[in-house]
Order: sequence, then C-alpha cells, then structure tokens
Amino acid sequence: MKINERAQEQLELLWILSEETSNEPAASPGQLEDYRELVEAGLVILDGERVRLSATGKHEAAMAIRRHRLAERLFVDVLATDDSLIDEKACTLEHALFDGVDETICTLLGHPVVCPHGKPIPPGRCCEQGRASLSPIIAPLKDIKRGQGGKIAYLQMADSQRLHKLMAMGILPGVSIQVKETYPSVVFEAGYSQFAVDDEIAGDIFVRLAG
Amino acid sequence: MQNILTTVQANTTAPRDKGSAACHQAPQIDLDGYPLVVIVGSPNVGKSVLFNRLTGAYVTVSNYPGTTVEVTRGKTRLGGQEIGVLDTPGMYNLLPITEEERVASAILLNERPAAVIHVIDAKNLERMLPMTLQLIEAGLPLILAVNLMDEAELLGICIDIPALEQRLGIPCVGAAFASGRGSPEIRHAIEARVNLGRLAVKAMPGLVDYPGELEAAIQQVSELLEPGYPIAQRGMAILLLQGDPETLNQINNCQPEGADAIRRALADAQQIYRQPLSFVIANAQRQSALRIIGGLFKVNQPARSTFSAQLSNAMLRPLTGIPILLLVVFLLYEFVGVFGAQTLVEWLETHLFENWINPGIDGWLAIWVPWPALRSLIGGDFGVVTLGLRYAFAIILPIVGVFFIAFSIIEDSGYLPRLALMIDRLFKKIGLNGRAVIPLVLGFGCDTMATITTRTLETRRERVISTLLLSLAIPCSAQIGVMLALLTGYPFLLPAWLAVVSGVFLLVGYLTAKLMPGEKPSFYMELPPLRLPRARNILVKTYTRMEWYLREVFPLFIAASVVIWLGNLTGLFDLAVHALLPLVRWLDLPDQTAVAFLFGFFRRDYGAAGLYDLRASLSASQLLVAVVTMTLFVPCIAQFAVTIKERGWKTALGMAAFIFPFALLVGGALNTFLQWISFGK
Repeated sequence: MKINERAQEQLELLWILSEETSNEPAASPGQLEDYRELVEAGLVILDGERVRLSATGKHEAAMAIRRHRLAERLFVDVLATDDSLIDEKACTLEHALFDGVDETICTLLGHPVVCPHGKPIPPGRCCEQGRASLSPIIAPLKDIKRGQGGKIAYLQMADSQRLHKLMAMGILPGVSIQVKETYPSVVFEAGYSQFAVDDEIAGDIFVRLAG
Repeated sequence: MQNILTTVQANTTAPRDKGSAACHQAPQIDLDGYPLVVIVGSPNVGKSVLFNRLTGAYVTVSNYPGTTVEVTRGKTRLGGQEIGVLDTPGMYNLLPITEEERVASAILLNERPAAVIHVIDAKNLERMLPMTLQLIEAGLPLILAVNLMDEAELLGICIDIPALEQRLGIPCVGAAFASGRGSPEIRHAIEARVNLGRLAVKAMPGLVDYPGELEAAIQQVSELLEPGYPIAQRGMAILLLQGDPETLNQINNCQPEGADAIRRALADAQQIYRQPLSFVIANAQRQSALRIIGGLFKVNQPARSTFSAQLSNAMLRPLTGIPILLLVVFLLYEFVGVFGAQTLVEWLETHLFENWINPGIDGWLAIWVPWPALRSLIGGDFGVVTLGLRYAFAIILPIVGVFFIAFSIIEDSGYLPRLALMIDRLFKKIGLNGRAVIPLVLGFGCDTMATITTRTLETRRERVISTLLLSLAIPCSAQIGVMLALLTGYPFLLPAWLAVVSGVFLLVGYLTAKLMPGEKPSFYMELPPLRLPRARNILVKTYTRMEWYLREVFPLFIAASVVIWLGNLTGLFDLAVHALLPLVRWLDLPDQTAVAFLFGFFRRDYGAAGLYDLRASLSASQLLVAVVTMTLFVPCIAQFAVTIKERGWKTALGMAAFIFPFALLVGGALNTFLQWISFGK
C-alpha cells in the first residue's frame, strides 16, 4: 500500500512524537480532517482528540523514518553533501526509496543503525538477515575481511566512553586503515601503527571501502 | 642510581580530585626547589629512554602501555643549574581514560613545570601531533621531541624538522634517544626554555582552526575563566568543552560563583553541533595537524615485510598464536620452574645455607649467646637468619629474580599486547578484557606487585575482579616454586592441581562478573612493534623490580619471622594451631599441616614450604588437597596490605571473608571427590 507524501510525513511525525518523545499526540478538531486518509488506510486510530498509530501504522511509520534517515546517511557518507542541505535533500529523496531501493542503499551503507544526528534507524529486513550480497561501499570494521581497507567514514557515537578511546588513539574520520586480522580480535593498521579492538568497538567504526 | 630522588606511588602524586585541585598556587619547581622538566607522550615512544639520557638514572623502560606504574623523578645538571626531571605514564591526550593517564595529566596540569617535553613517534607524526597542539593551547612551556627518527628513516620517512618548528612556533628536536641522537639538542632546548622563566607559551593565532561557532564558544568560555589557573584559559576552555569532568570540578572549587555561567555556555555550545563537542574538537585538531605536516612529512619508499612483521602476524592468529603461547609458557617453565626454582634454589639452599651459613650461625650462637630465647630468634628452626633470610635469599630471591628477568624480556619484546588480544574473548566471560592479562601474568611473579598494577585497568569492576582473582587463584612464583617440587613427586598431581585451580579461576571470575553490576569491559590496544629486547634494559628493569621487592616485601618477611618467633615463645601459636585443627581434620589432613596453614597467613610460600617439610607423611590425595587449599588460601600479608591500600578496607575484608571459607570448601569438595574415586589409595 502506498500513501501520498504528505501522509507519510504525518506518519513520521506521529512516530517521532510517540516513540522518541513522551508526548501523547493530540489534534484539534480542525486538524482531524487532515488525518482522514491515514484513518481510512487503517494506519491511524482517532480516539476523541487523541491520534494514535495502529499496529500497521506503527510499522509503516517506522519504515518511513527509516527511509528518511537512510537518505540522510547517504547524503552525508557517500555524497558528502553540505550539512545545511541534508534535511531538505533527504526529505525529497526518502520518497523514492521504495520497492527494495531502501534495502539496497541500507546494504551499501553497511546497515547503519544511527542517522547522522545520532537517532536510531529502525532496522529493515535486510538488516535482520545481515545481507551483504552486493558489495557495500561502507561497512563496519567488524565485517571487513582480512587484507581489505579504506578510509574511516564515520564513528558511531552512542557510547561516549568508547568514542573517547577511539579519539584518543587518533582513530577519526578520514584516517586510512587496513584490516590485518579478524579473529579473535580485530587488528588493523593505521599509518605505521597497529591496533587491536574487540567486536563491539569494531562495530562502531564505519569504513568507506577502497576500490 | 643516586639520581633517583624519590619514586612516588602514582596515586599519591598530585591527585586531581576535588579539594586538592590547584587554583592559584604556583610551584614551578620540584620537591627540592629545582626547576622541573616533565616528560610526556603516548606509550612506547621512548619517554623513559629520554629520562635515562637526561638523568643517567635507572628506571623501568617499558615496551608495554601500562606497566610504568610509578612516576619517576630524577635530576640533571644543565648549564650549571640543577634541574628536576619527571617521567610520566603514557597518555594519548589530555583527557584521561585510565587512572595512570589521570596521574599523567594531573602532573601536567597542576605542577607548573618550567619545561614540558612532548616525545612523539616520528613514524606516526600525523596521529601524535594533535596532542602537541593541545599542549601548546594549554600554554605549557613545550618542547617537541620527534623520536624514533631511525625507525622512521628505515621506512623511508623524511621529516623537515626546521619547517615543523616554524609552523608550530615551539622548539622541535629530531631524535633517536636510544642511540643518543638528539640528546645534546634536547638538553640545549631545555636549558634555553628554563632560562625563559615562567613566561607562558602563547599559541600562534590560527594554529588550530576550529569551526567558527566553536572558536567563538572557546573564546566565550575563556573570558569567563578567572586568571591564575595552572594552564592557559584557552586550554582550560577547550578541556571544558570536551567535557572533562575534572576540569569542571576545578572550576566548581576555584570560582563557584562563575561556574553556572560557564556551564550554561558549555551547554549552549553543544546545542550547535549534532556530534559531541569532544569529537568536533578532536576532528579540528586532526585536520590542523594534517595541514601543519603538509609537505614536510615524506615517504620515499614503500615499507618492506620484515621477519618481525611476519612473526607478529603469526602471533595474531589462533592457529599459529596458540602454539606460540604454549611455547612461551614452556620456556617460562623451563627458565623459572626448572632453572630458577630447582637448580639455583638447590645450590643456594643446600650448599650455601644448609652446609655453610646455618651450621655456622648455630655454632656461633651456641658459643656466644647463652639465652635460648634470643638464640631461637636468630637461629634454630624459625630464626630470622636461618628461616627468614634463608627463605628470602635461597628460595625467594632466585625464583622471583629469574621470573622478573623472564617477564622483562616478554614485556620488552612487545609480546604482551599480542597475548592480550589472543585471550580477550575468554577474559570477557569473566568480566575482564584482554588488557587484564598483564597484571595476572605479573601475579605469577609477585601478587603484591600485580595488585598495584591492576591500576592500569579502566573500570572499578575490572580492578575488583582482577584483585580478587589475584588473591584467590594466582599463586606467586615463590609459592609455585615450592609447589612444583611437592607435586612432581607423584604422577597426575600437577595436571590435577592445574585443572582445579584454573577451574576455580574461571568459575569465580564468571560468577563475580555475573553478580557484580557495571560497565561491560571493552578491549582496545595499540600493538607496539615487536622489538628485540636490549640486555641493558632487561637488567635495569629486573634490578628496579627486585629493588622494589626487597624494599616492600622483604621487611615483611623479617617481620613475619619475628612474629612467628614471638608466637612460639608466648604460646599464642599453639592456640592458633588448635583453632585450625578442626578445619585441617575436616580436610582429612594430619594435624601438623595446621602449622603450615598458619604460616600461610604470613607468606604464601611459608605455607607451601611447611607442607614441603611434611611431604613424607602425606598421601598423594592429601598432598593434592593440601596444595589446592593452600593455593587458594588467604593472600600473604604484603598482598593483603596492598589490597587494602588499592581497593579500600571494605573490599579487602570482603574478599578475605570470601576467600578463606571458599578455599576450605574447595579443599573439602576435592577431598570428598578423591575419596569417592578412591584416588591414590
């Protein structure tokens, strides 16, 4: 089922309000009319003045958020778009990421789990299957094979302690690395130094693969 | 040697915790009133080598991040002036992660040195220069020593030092301190810098380009800071924006009225960026470092694969790494267990003491000392000389000394970090990370020293778990030496003992990790290149460790002998032995073993040695039960004292309260099991 772009954005807003803030979404009687399409599609339930996502609505909304945040990642990591343009561009692009295109991009980007703003990206089927059939452009360090390498694209920053350690050792975006060993610990070379990290830390380092 | 003024325990030097943080005092001098030079830098860049070059003093030169547990002071004479020199533990930047790094940054930020030498690895100029920039922005009187130029040149790297000096605006010296290159230049630079007096260094404008809004925030916060902090306001502001809790503490203490405005400014600045400010700042510093080295760092030839690189690769893979590990353990056993604990001990104990010294002392006492009590204090079975000194010099010294030689070789070769990465997955199961392998391996030498080294671990949880395991399941070399001699008398005893003790190690580690809440450990480590250990360094390190051992542990030895003598004299010992009797009988051991267990309270190895004397009257199964119980039994007095100091009374007593009954319980369970399978009957 495909709904129009405005309805998708309404879904995204409702999702952010209900999942990422503690606000209970409410709408004035005048606005209720706006939700008609979503209500008819069974995605939104009106409960007096309250607006709630139905179970399918929640899923649809999560997928819409996912498309938006994947689009942001694509602009930041691959297309190196200027920060000020990202929001606008992502809003346009997200509406094109249907029919499996979202999964292709997600796989290319190494199944990222946070957007450039640090908000979580809801996982899709491709993430759950850990799909890597086509060769990704960006991959977390833990998934890179021995002998492969590239430049660090970004670091995941959810854990500030771990981020701090990486920064202290000079592991920052733009640094070229090469994987020497993957088990029992990930060993990589950066400049003329070698580092060993565990899988958790290696999962925080996303690398733009060379060649 | 006389140049070492004081060796200060790391956690007692200039603590940066609240209350004692420096606000306005200005000691620019070391303990004796000389101008102070502080050496800083990441691990493995040659800080200690430079320290030795400057002071001529002997200190531990570490190839391993984390074993320079102590801060070492020395002094030197430059241009007719005495100058104090201080060597710090390795640190990657001014924001500390481990306790050691905290010490290093505290020294830097609170001691007001007359000169700071930042030692960096020439090969990794790009990665190390950001810290140089931090130090310059902190207004410290900095000299940059670009060390390991020889290693860099072998890789075809060429660095334009005069250009670097010009771009950074501070004195820079290209060096290879291990061979003496750059030593005269660095002395000259220090002398010049010290003569400038307290003139602070001002960072050249635009040295680090921060994004516009961030630069504005740095200036705003700098202006809110009162003058008089030990480092420049700009440096303070940057530390605050990076979220350094200790700098914020310092602000709260020194200008409580202004702290609110500063906190607001920090929060406002964070609002501007989607990434943490510490990350934005680190990125800007890295970009600036890249700009600064642009054109002056050239690589003329690609790196070649050397033998040491191939050996290193083999150590990183389980298929080759585990056989290498087993080979290392075997060599260690041959060197420490056979050569040290058997050949050397045999010679010293039998030939030197039993044939020469002890009969001599006893004979001399019989003639010259008429009082039996005093006679038994010096000689006889438990005397200070015949027991205390004999154990110390004939058993402990050779075993511990040989172990320390072996450990220093392993440490200097750079093998330990490779061992750490190999064992990390197993250690995660017991709540530790691979890094903890260093204190635990050192524990096989001396648990007391190892307990101090647990300081290098990051979280309190890891420090507590490793301290507990050291107290419980890691026998020290002195104890192992005696136990090996005991266990090799019967077949299967040695493997059985190994299996039970390692089982207890893993089980207790696993349960403690489950029961103790806290952060999950994470493992990250720089792997230094494999290097051929230098004989001089090995000897110096072994000497330093032995000196520490004799100073810290040896007096307790003698004290223990005196206590045992007193205990015997007053009859207190008989009471204690009686109290232990039911426990010993419960383990189906002969009554005399109670004496050995009682000795075990004083020294791990006294206990083992006591069992050794009783070995003829013990069956194989009794021997196994006794040795296992003794291994797990309470730590020695020295280790317990250090545990109290490092972990606090409550934790230390808690551990003892667990270990004592637990050791007996394991002994009891083992005894029941052995009887059930009719072992050794």
